[in-house]
Amino acid sequence: MDIIMSDMHDFVAPVSGIAMKNESIIIKRRTAGQLSHLDSLESESVHILREVAAECANPALLFSGGKDSIVLLRLAEKAFRPGRFPFPLLHIDTGHNFPEVIDFRDRRSDQLGERLIVRSMEDSIKQGRVVLRSKNQSRNAFQSVTLLDTIAELHLDACIGGARRDEEKARAKERIFSFRDEFGQWDPKNQRPELWDIYNTRVHAGENIRVFPISNWTELDVWEYIARERLEVPNIYFAHKRDVIRRDNGLLPVSDLVQPTGSEQPENLMVRFRTVGDMSCTCPVESDANSVEKIIAETAITHITERGATRMDDQTSDASMELRKKEGYF
Amino acid sequence: MAEVKKISLEHTELLRFITAGSVDDGKSTLIGRLLHDSKSIFEDQLSAIAQTSQKRGMKDVDLSLLTDGLQAEREQGITIDVAYRYFATPKRKFIIADTPGHEQYTRNMVTGASTANLAIILIDARKGVLTQSRRHAYLASLVGIPHLVVAVNKMDLVDYSQEVLEKIQHDFSIFADKLGLKNIAYIPMSALNGDMVVERGDRLPWYEGITLMNLLENVSIEHDINLEDFRFPVQLVCRPQTEELHDFRGYMGRIESGYINVGDAITVLPSRLTSHVKEIVTYDGFLTHAVAPQSVTLTIEDHLDISRGDMLVKSDRLPRVTKEFTAILCWLSERALDPKRKYLIKHSTRIVKALVKQIDYRVDVNTLNHETVNTLKMNDIGKVKLNVQQDLVCDDYQSNHATGSFIVIDEASNNTVAAGMICPIKD
Repeated sequence: MDIIMSDMHDFVAPVSGIAMKNESIIIKRRTAGQLSHLDSLESESVHILREVAAECANPALLFSGGKDSIVLLRLAEKAFRPGRFPFPLLHIDTGHNFPEVIDFRDRRSDQLGERLIVRSMEDSIKQGRVVLRSKNQSRNAFQSVTLLDTIAELHLDACIGGARRDEEKARAKERIFSFRDEFGQWDPKNQRPELWDIYNTRVHAGENIRVFPISNWTELDVWEYIARERLEVPNIYFAHKRDVIRRDNGLLPVSDLVQPTGSEQPENLMVRFRTVGDMSCTCPVESDANSVEKIIAETAITHITERGATRMDDQTSDASMELRKKEGYF
Repeated sequence: MAEVKKISLEHTELLRFITAGSVDDGKSTLIGRLLHDSKSIFEDQLSAIAQTSQKRGMKDVDLSLLTDGLQAEREQGITIDVAYRYFATPKRKFIIADTPGHEQYTRNMVTGASTANLAIILIDARKGVLTQSRRHAYLASLVGIPHLVVAVNKMDLVDYSQEVLEKIQHDFSIFADKLGLKNIAYIPMSALNGDMVVERGDRLPWYEGITLMNLLENVSIEHDINLEDFRFPVQLVCRPQTEELHDFRGYMGRIESGYINVGDAITVLPSRLTSHVKEIVTYDGFLTHAVAPQSVTLTIEDHLDISRGDMLVKSDRLPRVTKEFTAILCWLSERALDPKRKYLIKHSTRIVKALVKQIDYRVDVNTLNHETVNTLKMNDIGKVKLNVQQDLVCDDYQSNHATGSFIVIDEASNNTVAAGMICPIKD
């Protein structure tokens, strides 16, 4: 074995301003390369956010009120305080959002004192830009239309999002700075190589990039970070009693959009949501976890992927996400 | 899947590694095995691949299907691009850059390797050291991956023979010595049966080394980045100009290497102005010291003109400041290098115009021979002399990856067309 294994060692370094007689001061601390995984991930994400701010003319940060974008906001605070965010927050409202999440979105933006822009799919539908087969069908895939229209309207050259590579196999191949052509499309075969931590942010007019600062985080990392930073999340992430129906191997929350049909019987179960998205296709999981710590414990031993458990639209085909992404979806 | 993964919230480190090898070497099976035996596979993934295995008439679950990627790849039966995968044990979190091993995909391996602490080079025990293995070893040495594991796979097909391992170890080390590669671990294994991947198994009793997982969990990585030379490229200047922070002027960036204490003497490059560190500011409060790779905000004692693209360094350890340098380029674009054209170079936080003055040679990655050429094509690796329009603040890649690396951007297409590594002056 040529690989050397050594114990962590302490680091000797002088501390300015502290003079001690005939003694060097040994500081117990982390040496370089020994940051914890959360500290490493945080530092990488902060570096990415600062690169966007420095090089992109007109970026926006997509904030949905979901846990991943909540983490993004804290990372933006770490990156830019004591200054203000160098970009607005943007939410593409499908009109199918959980009311608790919308409340949370508005409250959090106010707390931060940052600007929130909301663009709504209802408007795209009214304008005839989105045509739905039925009023209550999932609007997840159609978000892309409103998003792309908003990018054009606001002349955005970069959109920062909370997507993670561990979510789905199409995402596993995504760059951190992901180039989109003038149609907002992603071409998996023609991605820019991304080396070291040097990011190419250059685009021509009309093109844009999507930036994913938490690409390298897993679902567990996100919850561990929420615990460490004591971040507030919408209460639907915690176990609560809710009327649900069983459909296609999943649970669906009963709402204006989802009503029992045929032989389906609503049940009142203890559930929590692992993702928050379109109410018509976001499934809760049965759980008693009513605190962040309990969610972490559950996530650490969970046996089903986040999207597999909670998103019916990702189960329609093996390549659903890949196809949606090519159309401009996040 | 009955067993429960135990993940503690305590201090766990992050290790990034790449796997190099072709599908035929059992690379996908090895990754599948690591994920499966470390209980990192989810039930829905497992049931999906179990179904597919059954459909294809296989008796056992084919773990290699776990790394099946995009629709286009499944249709063509190849891996197009670097895929990133994640798993964790109680000791460490792991990020795998899964890179395709085909000849035309040098660029993917270099991309995956650029952020890796460790590379696993897969060798099929039946085939021994092939041209491809030598190419992977060369690329690993070129990009300077600190740790190398040669995984001699498919030992089940050579009766778990000790002689086979010894022969491969002998052949590989001849080439590795030529490249100056150190820190190589050779591990015989059967990813298919799980021997020596996570579990020892009992079919390799003569092998005294540790399992692959044991190595991944314990290999020492704290020296993988330069701990000596403080390098702080300024990303942004923070001037809130609010009432209470009227005079605040903070330099935001990431410590790429080394460490810094409040009070340390610093030099700003390329201007060569000097000052001292006044505060290390973070969202979580002031620090007295900070280390790579932390992202922080620094304030200094004097009012100097500092902006993005400048670098703060400790005054007693200065890097090079230059408009001319030699570098190894790995060409990544389908459009070949045109020495008549100006390109852009992005180095740390600075973007400058650049001209390739001379192509010294191209390396034949199979033989390591140098060839005289007029251009560099996709997947070519060559040594060039570069002139840039403004000073770059840099180190040799060997001594400092962060300040020795750059990318080349084609101004017309905005594509990233090459990866560059700066050579020492006398080289």
